[in-house]
Amino acid sequence: MIKITEKSIDVQKIIDTVSSLSAGAVNVFVGTVRNKANGKNVLWLEYEAYETMAVSQIRKIIEEASHRWPLLGWAVSHRIGTLKPGETSVVVAVSTPHRKDSFEACQFIIDSVKTMAPIWKKEVFEDGEEWVSARPEIEMRA
Amino acid sequence: MNKYRVKAFGITKDLLGGRETFIETQGQTVADLRAALHSRFPELSGLRSLFIAVNNDYADDEILLKPSDEIALIPPVSGG
Repeated sequence: MIKITEKSIDVQKIIDTVSSLSAGAVNVFVGTVRNKANGKNVLWLEYEAYETMAVSQIRKIIEEASHRWPLLGWAVSHRIGTLKPGETSVVVAVSTPHRKDSFEACQFIIDSVKTMAPIWKKEVFEDGEEWVSARPEIEMRA
Repeated sequence: MNKYRVKAFGITKDLLGGRETFIETQGQTVADLRAALHSRFPELSGLRSLFIAVNNDYADDEILLKPSDEIALIPPVSGG
C-alpha cells in the first residue's frame, strides 16, 4: 500500500496491512515532526507532494526492496498538508520471515523515500518560514 | 519555438510565482528547457539542486521533450 494523504496516519492499521502468518517480523518506522530546527521553535510544517510521481517513485523503491529482501508485506504512508510538532509525518512498515531482513528493508525504504520521493516540507517559525534543504547555506549552518 | 507547460513544487513554486508556467525554448531537450528556465528565473541557480521530471520520472539533460509531456521542477526533496 502506498498512500499520500492529508489525513492523520493510523499506525496500527498499517501494521495490520503488512502482517502475515508467514512473517516472523514486522518492522515499522514512524517519522514525527520535531519542535526545533536549527535551534528555532517550529510552529508547524507544510508538506507538499507531487503525488503521481511520489507514488511511482515509491513503487520503484518497493520493487528494488523486494528484489533485495524477502518482503511478505509492505506499506508506505506519507502525510501532506499542515502538521504540528509531535504529529506523524511518515510511516514505513514491512514484514519478513526473519527480523534482520525487516530492519534492513525498512531502513532502505525510508532512506530512499527521503532522497527520491518528490515531497517537500516548509518549516514555519515565529519569525519566518523556510523550505527545508532547498538552499546550500542551510546545509552549512546545520 | 517550442512551448512547454512546466509544473513547479516546493520552493520553485514560490520562485516561479505559481504552480505552473509555460516556457519557450529553441531546442527540445531537458538541457534546453533548463537553460530557458534559468534565464527567465535566475533565482533558480540559488538552489542546492534542481532536477527536471518528465512523465513522473527524473530526466537526464539529453532527453527529448514532447509538448504533451508532463514536465515538473523538482527542487531538493525533504520528505520524511
